[in-house]
Amino acid sequence: MLEVIAPFFQNLYEKTGINFIIFYDQYEYDRFIHAIWVSFQLIIACLIFSTIVGIIGAWAQGARSKLLRLTMAGYIQLFRNTPPLVQILFFYFVLGNFTPTYDAGGFQQAYIGAFGWAVVSLSFFAGAFNVEIFRAGIEAVPTATREAAESLGYSRLKAYIYIILPLAFRVCLPSLNNNLVNLLKTTTLAYAIAVPEMMYTANQVWSDNVNVPEMMFVLFVYYIGLVGVLVWMMNRWERKMKIPGYG
Amino acid sequence: MTAETTQPASNLAADTPATAWTPDQPMVSLKNVHKAFGELEVLKGVSLDVMKGEVICIIGPSGSGKSTLIRCINALNDIQQGSITVEGIEVNDPKLDKLELRKKVGMVFQQYNLFPHKTALENVMMAPLHVLKESKAEVEKRAVGLIKKVRLEGREHHYPGELSGGQQQRVAIARSLAMTPDVMLFDEVTAALDPETVKEVLVTIQELAEDGMTCILVTHEMGFARELADHIYFTDRGIIVEHGPPATFFTDAKDPRTKEFLSQIL
Ligand SMILES: Nc1ncnc2c1ncn2[C@@H]1O[C@H](COP(=O)(O)OP(=O)(O)O)[C@@H](O)[C@H]1O
Ligand SMILES: [Mg+2]
Repeated sequence: MLEVIAPFFQNLYEKTGINFIIFYDQYEYDRFIHAIWVSFQLIIACLIFSTIVGIIGAWAQGARSKLLRLTMAGYIQLFRNTPPLVQILFFYFVLGNFTPTYDAGGFQQAYIGAFGWAVVSLSFFAGAFNVEIFRAGIEAVPTATREAAESLGYSRLKAYIYIILPLAFRVCLPSLNNNLVNLLKTTTLAYAIAVPEMMYTANQVWSDNVNVPEMMFVLFVYYIGLVGVLVWMMNRWERKMKIPGYG
Repeated sequence: MTAETTQPASNLAADTPATAWTPDQPMVSLKNVHKAFGELEVLKGVSLDVMKGEVICIIGPSGSGKSTLIRCINALNDIQQGSITVEGIEVNDPKLDKLELRKKVGMVFQQYNLFPHKTALENVMMAPLHVLKESKAEVEKRAVGLIKKVRLEGREHHYPGELSGGQQQRVAIARSLAMTPDVMLFDEVTAALDPETVKEVLVTIQELAEDGMTCILVTHEMGFARELADHIYFTDRGIIVEHGPPATFFTDAKDPRTKEFLSQIL
């Protein structure tokens, strides 16, 4: 891959001074590819976990236990009303101090590293919004549908899994879509705790090579592309979930 | 229908205590049932008995508590006072095993309330699969039979949104029957239907009743009630004003409220 594009970008740099070093220098290229890989893992993990947090949280919000409901309300207020950057730093520097460590050949390694803390904090951040999104979807399911399930012997949990959630999902997909796009963009904050994803790597590359505009350009194109793919997939999913003769 | 009541109680476990229900006792029994929503008293001491295989119709003006009454029987509403038993199960018991009750009682609603994200066949199959955990092959066989019984062959794979009201209501009946209930509750199941489709649903219920299903119906279809019911109850403002077999009920009504209601509706 690099061999194919390198001559062009090398030439471009020599002729014009436009320095896309990640496309002709082996070391920077490897760094860039690694950043793609890390950011993919980060984004996918956050998308999945924040959705799970949303689903479980929306369930807990309707729970009989008052303690559970209050805990959920507190969690949502805290994570919606504080900056995600502060949350990441808090998780990494405060909670990170208390994580158990193991002996990794002479030094103590924490079980949860920067990447892990980024996933945890970003998932809880976006999860807080997802809880509210799912709740709105759940509230849109008519009481009559719940009662039909109930009179067929469904327990609350079973009705939630098989009937309410599938219907709520369809209602809230557009807002979920929005929030997940936001989450994707917010993953760049992981650079603050040195997770070598795209933002962090771009920053390193321009620090080493003084090519800020070029790397900024790469960042824009990269995230526009990713958001485009996510939106395309969500729209496809939305269409696939459409029920004939409903809504 | 009465032939059903003489069948031996072979399915009753021999070791159940003396309180165990036997088919010579009422299958559904309400005694002095009181129900209020906050300050609003909706049922003010309702009593009625339904024997196995009987069909009873509840009629009465809107707001008289008919829906509340029938919803109390399968514990969709709780009651404040009195007792409701279904095959000896005390519905008002705080320790009630709701699943046990709901296996015995099927309910069909005015607005069908099908699950819109599932096809007709899936709607019928869901509860036995999810709730009873029966095998898929067995459930499917039964569901296909029920779809046939309600005359919806060829519509198995239609979604509720693609079916007419009458067809949806018949799917709802099949869905309830798939749980093999002992008694069926129908709450104005034809009230939301076009006149042309009312008949197809009534025919389904009639066949069910003729097969010996115990049925409690809230209905405004007087012709249907007269023909099918073993007993008719007239409710007004939370009490049963008058009741009797159709032969006498429609002709010899004594209470002025009953007379007025019947004169309006017949
Ligand atoms: N969930 C509820 N909360 C408060 N009031 C209710 C509720 N359900 C029914 N009611 C009231 O109870 C009365 C009887 O209602 P219902 O049983 O539906 O009557 P019917 O089916 O005979 O028309 C009505 O006045 C109705 O407004
Ligand atoms: Mg009603």
